[in-house]
Amino acid sequence: MRGLKKAAKAKVKPKIKARAVKVAKKAKGAPGFVRLPIVCDADLLRTLVRKKSVRVVDVRRAEDYKAGHIPTAVSLPLARLLENDSPERVVQILEELGITEKMPVVVYDDTFGALAARVAWTFQYVGHTNTALLEMTFSQWKGLGLEVEAKENTFKRAKHPLSVNKEMYADAPYVEAAQSQQGKLLVDSRERLNFLTEHIPTARNIPYTMLGSNGSILRKADELKRMIENRGIPQDSEIITYCGSVGTLSGLAYYALKLAGYNNVKLYPKSFKEWKSLGKPKDEFKEANYWDLSAE
Amino acid sequence: MTRARAAAASQKQRGVSPPKPNPKWGREEETEYFAKKVKLFRQGKISEDDFRRFRLQHGAYGSRLHADYSMVRIKVPSGEITADQIEKIASLSEAFSIGSAHVSTRQNIQLHWVQLEDVSEVMRGLVESGLTTREACGNTVRNVMCSHFAGVCPNEAFDATPYSMAVARFFLRNPMCQNLPRKFKVNFGCCEKHGLVKVADIGLVPAIKEIDGRQVKGFRVYLGGGLGAASFIGHPLEDFTPEDRVLSTCMATVRLFDRHGNRENMARNRMRYLVHETGWEKFQKMVLKERTAVEMTTSLATAASYDVESQVDKRALPKSNGIVKLPMFDKVTKDSPAFERWLHTNTVPQKQQGMFTVFITLGAGDITASQLRVLASAIRELSAEGVARTTPQQNFAVRYVRGSDLKEFFDRLSTAGLANPGALTVASAVGCSGTTSCNLAITNSHRLAKEVQRRFLELGLDTDDSLADATIKISGCPNSCGQHEIATIGFFGGATRIGNTMSPTYTMLFGGSAGEQGELGRAIMRVPAKRVIDTILKIIETYRTERSQGETLHQWVVRIVKGQGAGNVKNLDDMKKVLVPAIQLPPAESDPDAYRDYGSDSKFTAKTARGECAA
Repeated sequence: MRGLKKAAKAKVKPKIKARAVKVAKKAKGAPGFVRLPIVCDADLLRTLVRKKSVRVVDVRRAEDYKAGHIPTAVSLPLARLLENDSPERVVQILEELGITEKMPVVVYDDTFGALAARVAWTFQYVGHTNTALLEMTFSQWKGLGLEVEAKENTFKRAKHPLSVNKEMYADAPYVEAAQSQQGKLLVDSRERLNFLTEHIPTARNIPYTMLGSNGSILRKADELKRMIENRGIPQDSEIITYCGSVGTLSGLAYYALKLAGYNNVKLYPKSFKEWKSLGKPKDEFKEANYWDLSAE
Repeated sequence: MTRARAAAASQKQRGVSPPKPNPKWGREEETEYFAKKVKLFRQGKISEDDFRRFRLQHGAYGSRLHADYSMVRIKVPSGEITADQIEKIASLSEAFSIGSAHVSTRQNIQLHWVQLEDVSEVMRGLVESGLTTREACGNTVRNVMCSHFAGVCPNEAFDATPYSMAVARFFLRNPMCQNLPRKFKVNFGCCEKHGLVKVADIGLVPAIKEIDGRQVKGFRVYLGGGLGAASFIGHPLEDFTPEDRVLSTCMATVRLFDRHGNRENMARNRMRYLVHETGWEKFQKMVLKERTAVEMTTSLATAASYDVESQVDKRALPKSNGIVKLPMFDKVTKDSPAFERWLHTNTVPQKQQGMFTVFITLGAGDITASQLRVLASAIRELSAEGVARTTPQQNFAVRYVRGSDLKEFFDRLSTAGLANPGALTVASAVGCSGTTSCNLAITNSHRLAKEVQRRFLELGLDTDDSLADATIKISGCPNSCGQHEIATIGFFGGATRIGNTMSPTYTMLFGGSAGEQGELGRAIMRVPAKRVIDTILKIIETYRTERSQGETLHQWVVRIVKGQGAGNVKNLDDMKKVLVPAIQLPPAESDPDAYRDYGSDSKFTAKTARGECAA
C-alpha cells in the first residue's frame, strides 16, 4: 500500500506544474484568482491549495470531517445547509466560511458527488459563480494517497454580495407550466426502478447512476454529450432536473448537463417529494413486477 | 511495488493463470450503428416492424408493455465469462439498468429495463470487454451453449468447449444465418448426463470412436429438439459424427432449415416442427445429403473461419497443491455450520485432482452489481483458470478452485450474501423473467422461483441428499424459457377462473429431465400460484412415505409417471388425489391475497403483448 501511494504521488506531481501554468494563464478578470471549470481535477486543486488561493468545502458529516479532510478544507455538512437554504442565509454561510466574491470554491463529498453538487448549486444560485465540484470523492482522494489533514480550519469572516441567479431555479408552478411548453424538458435523475414506479408526467429519466464513471463523479464531457444526444435532446433545450427529495441526485445531473454543453439547465430542488405533497399528478407504471428482478 | 505487480505476485503464489485474452466477440462500429438507427426510428424514418428486426438482431428485446425500454441480452458463448467481463457488466447494470444482472437459462446474461437510447452505450461497454449482444435475439443462431462441466467433467470424452466456441464464432454475423425462419439453438454437452443436447435444434455430445485402429474425436449429434409451447426431443443423427464433419453437419442443418422452414406461421416455425412434419427419417436423409453437398462446395476460406484449434485454451493451468482433506460430510443438516452445508451442496470435485468447481447460488439468476464485483475478484484470485461459467440453472460455476482455497472462497462470497447453499439441489429453482419484464408472461414466475428457493433453504431441504437430483423449473407462460418441461417438477403460468375470480395458476408437469436420456415432463394438473410451494412440499412429504429403499425424489416421480409406484400412490391419478387438498384456495372474500400473483397487491389480470422471440 505504501508503495502504491508513492507511485500515485509520483504520477501526479509532474502533471501539476504544467497544468498550473496553463490554468494561471487562462485566468482573466479576477487578478490572483483562477476561474474554475465545472469540475476541478485533483492536480488543479492541489496547486490551488498550495497557493492558498481556494476555499475547499467538505460537505460530509462533521465527524467525518474531523477524522480527516483535504488540506485547508472547511466543514459545511449538507444537512446544515438544508436547515435553511434561503439565499440570505447561504450568503451568511459563505461569509462565515471566509469566502469572498471571486474566490474559487471547490466542493467535495463522499457520496459520488451528489451532496457536493447540491451545495455547489446553492452557492452558484446565490451568486458565487466561481464554484466547482472536485472530480472525485474523498475516499478516492484518500485512496490515491493524496494529502489529508485532521486540523479544523476556520477563516476570517468575509464579505460576500447576494446576487440570486433565478435562471438556475425551478419551483413546482414553473415545472407544471414547463410540462406543456415546447423546448422545455423535465429530467428525473432517480434510479430506473423508482422512475418506473412513479414520476412527474412528461419527465424523462437520466438516472444519476449513468453520470459518473470509475474514479470520477462525472464522465468526460464528450461522453455525457453523446449519451444525452442519444436521447434526442436538442442542445438548446431548457432542462429542469429533479430527483426524490432535496435535489442532490438532480444536482449532480444539473452539472452533468452543464458539462455536456447544455447551458439552459434548472434545478427543482424540492423535487418529487414536494410535487407529491402538493398532490400533483404523477405517472405510474404498474404493468410489470420489475422490482422482483432486483437481487437486493 | 505497483498494484499490478503485487497482483501478479499474489497470482503466482496461488498459481492462477494469466487472464484469458479478450475474446473480441463485439464490434465497436455496431454500437454507433445502433445509436444511429434508434435516432432514425425515433424520428419516424424507420417503421416499427423494421426497427424491431434490427433491434432484435442486436440483442435488445422489448420490455413488458413498455416499448421505451429493452432487455439487453448479452451473449456468453459456452457460458464462459472472465472476471473483467463480470466487472464490466456490474458497471453497466448500475449505470443503465436496475443495478442487477440476470443469468438466463441459456447461459446469457440479461440487463433489464434499459432505456432504448442507452442500449448503444451498454453495447459500447460490452465491446470493451469483448462481449456482444449481436444475434442474442432474432431469427438467427443464438448463444451457443456448452455444459459448464466441459473440461472438468470426469465422464466426458474430451473438452467440447473449443468446438462450441468455434461454432459460435463461425455463425456469428455469418450471412447464411441472418434471416432464418426462426431462432436456432445449438447446445454442446460434456457427457451423457450434463447439457441440454436433446432440447436444442442441434445438440452435440463429445465421443471418441476407434476407426481403423485410431482414436477419433467426434460427437453424437441430436437434431430437431426444443422446448416451447409444443416441445420435442431431438433425434440422433448417426452413431458418430467425426470432428471434421461437425461444421458441415451444422451448416447443412441450418441450410435445410433456412430453405424449408415455415416462414408463415410464427407459432410453428422452429426447426422442430419442420422435422416433425417432414418425418425424422426423411429429414435425416436430407441432412446427410445436404452435408455432402456442403462438403463438396464449401470454400477453404469459409471452412477456415471455423477454427477449433484457435479456441483451445493453451495456457498451462497450474496444478493443485495436492489432495486436501476436506470435510466432505456424508450428511449435513440445516443446523450444520454454514460452510459445511455450502461445501456439501455447492462444490463438485473435478477430474483434475485436488480441483473443485464451486457453484454460486443465485435467486432465479439475479445478482447485484456489488455481488458481481465480489464474484469477479474471487474468480480472479482463486480460480486457476480465471473465468466462470454461467449455468442453465441460472447460477455461476467457478472452476479450478483448489481444495485448500474453498474456505476462503466461501468467506468472500459470504461477505456479499452470495454464499447461500443449495445450488446443486432441489432448492435451486429456475424461473424465467415472467411478468417482471416479458411481454408474453402471464404470471410472475421469477418471484415464485425465488420464493421456492427461500422457503426450501429455510426448511433445509437442500441438505436432504435424496432430493438433490430433483429439479424445479418455472416458466411464466407456456413458452418454456424456464425450461419447465425438463424439470422433475415443472410449472408454466396461466390464468384460470377460480370461483368468480380470475387467478394466476400454474400447470404442473412431472418427470422431465435433461441430458442425453432427457425426457419431457407430463402435464398433471393446475395449481394456483399461491399454492405451488405447499403443493411441492406435499409431493415431497408423499415421496418420503412412499419411496422404495434408496430411491431419490426424481426416480420416484418418474416411476409414478410410468404408473409403477409400489405403495399407496401408484400412478398419476393416485398422485392427483393426494394433491387435491393442497391446491384448494380459501374463499376469495376471506383471503383475496390467495388469488393474487406474487409481487402484486391488486387483482390479477392476465395481460400480454406481442412476443418478440420471433420478428
